[in-house]
Amino acid sequence: MENETNLIKELLEASGIHSRIHKDPDSAYLVIHHNKVVGLQGVPGIEVEPQEKADGIHVRFLVRAGTHIVKPVYLCFGMMQNEGEQKIIMDVTIQKQSKVNIFAHCTFPNSVNIIHRMDAKIHVEKDAYYSYFERHIHGEEGGIYVYPKAKVTLEQGAHFKTEFELLKGRVGLIDIDYECTCHAFSVLEMIARISGRADDVIKIQETGHLIGKSARGVLTTKIAVRDRAKAEVYNILTASAPYARGHVDCKEIVQGQARAKAVPVIEVSDSKAHITHEAALGSVDSKQLQTLMSRGLSEDEGVELIIKGLLS
Amino acid sequence: MEVLQLKNVTLTLNDSTILHNINIDFWDGCVHAVSGPNGAGKSTLASTIMGLEGYREIQGSIIYEGKNINNLSVDERARLGITMAWQDPARYEGLTIRDFLLASSKTKDEDIIRNALSSLSMNPRLYLDRALDKTLSGGERKKIELASILINEARLVLLDEPDSGIDVESLERIFESIRLLKKRGTTVILITHSLAVLQQADHAFLMCSGEIIDKGKKEKIIKYFENKCIPCQHKNIPDEWEPTIGK
Repeated sequence: MENETNLIKELLEASGIHSRIHKDPDSAYLVIHHNKVVGLQGVPGIEVEPQEKADGIHVRFLVRAGTHIVKPVYLCFGMMQNEGEQKIIMDVTIQKQSKVNIFAHCTFPNSVNIIHRMDAKIHVEKDAYYSYFERHIHGEEGGIYVYPKAKVTLEQGAHFKTEFELLKGRVGLIDIDYECTCHAFSVLEMIARISGRADDVIKIQETGHLIGKSARGVLTTKIAVRDRAKAEVYNILTASAPYARGHVDCKEIVQGQARAKAVPVIEVSDSKAHITHEAALGSVDSKQLQTLMSRGLSEDEGVELIIKGLLS
Repeated sequence: MEVLQLKNVTLTLNDSTILHNINIDFWDGCVHAVSGPNGAGKSTLASTIMGLEGYREIQGSIIYEGKNINNLSVDERARLGITMAWQDPARYEGLTIRDFLLASSKTKDEDIIRNALSSLSMNPRLYLDRALDKTLSGGERKKIELASILINEARLVLLDEPDSGIDVESLERIFESIRLLKKRGTTVILITHSLAVLQQADHAFLMCSGEIIDKGKKEKIIKYFENKCIPCQHKNIPDEWEPTIGK
């Protein structure tokens, strides 16, 4: 029991949220270590039901209609050991006219051979708001394989914002696959910020279907790859309803022997819809870098600062 | 005493000679102007002195404080005390004005950064946390560039077209900054085709078609502006046409 308590503490501290959770009894949280639920606290308006099963942890997460959850809900998924597999299956419903912000921390500080799988089904009902910020903290060995997948449905007037951030430690291999269907007047924002090095591999497929009148979607990807790291980004945005508006933005900075690929696919099948895209891949901007160097920064320091800005 | 000397500097880019056998002395603590028409090679001269990428393969010598700096990179030159403000300054996605100014500062003293912004009529409270990106106007970005020069405390400053994109009200602030630099003993090289900026200089050079064709006190070079171009054998002789509308 004492070992488990220490384990939770270590995991939360590695995630940087230990003090926030324990000093605030009014914040909801769920802590999963490996495939075991080790911490759970609810607040009125939220239902969190985790179940440990043979194929991983199933979590039903629901925010009741009309409820505004003022404080962020913390999810902490991780493993302190250096190898193993964690699988989490999320079934999320944000009922109509409710609002919630999730801060998810996926922490694997000692990873040598770890697989982390996340399969999420997310349903954001009419006029509801769901924000999901996911920060990954990995070890320095690179032996980690991360497979986050999500199928999202936004009903009329719903708003879904997801941010994925992996800036600390090695990426290992990450293979993101998110797909979202957007009904009338809904808003989709997907942002991914990832920094890869050594032989890290980054694969991202983000897809948005704007099928309802005046649905809006923005897919933003910002990647920095160094050494021999590779990044492949597929941003797909389709619009098939009048006044649907969308934008795809992909920026990748490449240093050393790294390689980056961006494939933006935009498709419009309604004459009143409009989608734009922009992509920029390559080394850091020469004028930006030379300006910083003319202030006395070394080339490496200048590149670091520019990448910090891109990924902020 | 000269702090920077260019001796027989020639720069060729893509088989075209942009700077022809330039010989200039820039004196310590003096405000110099390098003036001339568009395409004369003024900005190229600044880029060559700063050692920017693509401007380092020169013939001749650049001597700074008695040392040949031909082979030094931009940052090595900066660490010796040379810096430059761009005509069209870079924007940085994700960086704040504070990030940029701290990077430009050797002391990292935020009070100095605030004072530099205030001296250019920019309220630090409103600007420090703003993104240094395309949400700023050209004039705002230009003033932040100058603020970064003020806090960099370099010994030699190149200001490329410091008045471009600047409104009339801010122009006097820019000129005050130039006077402040001079008061500190900084050597300033103004790259300009503006009469108002040229007026800030103690001494000026006139460039045309990649050559220095005249030099002297600013009053001498100002005549170039009054006459549109001084008589010379170069390519940029103004044509004789004058507008007749309204006459």
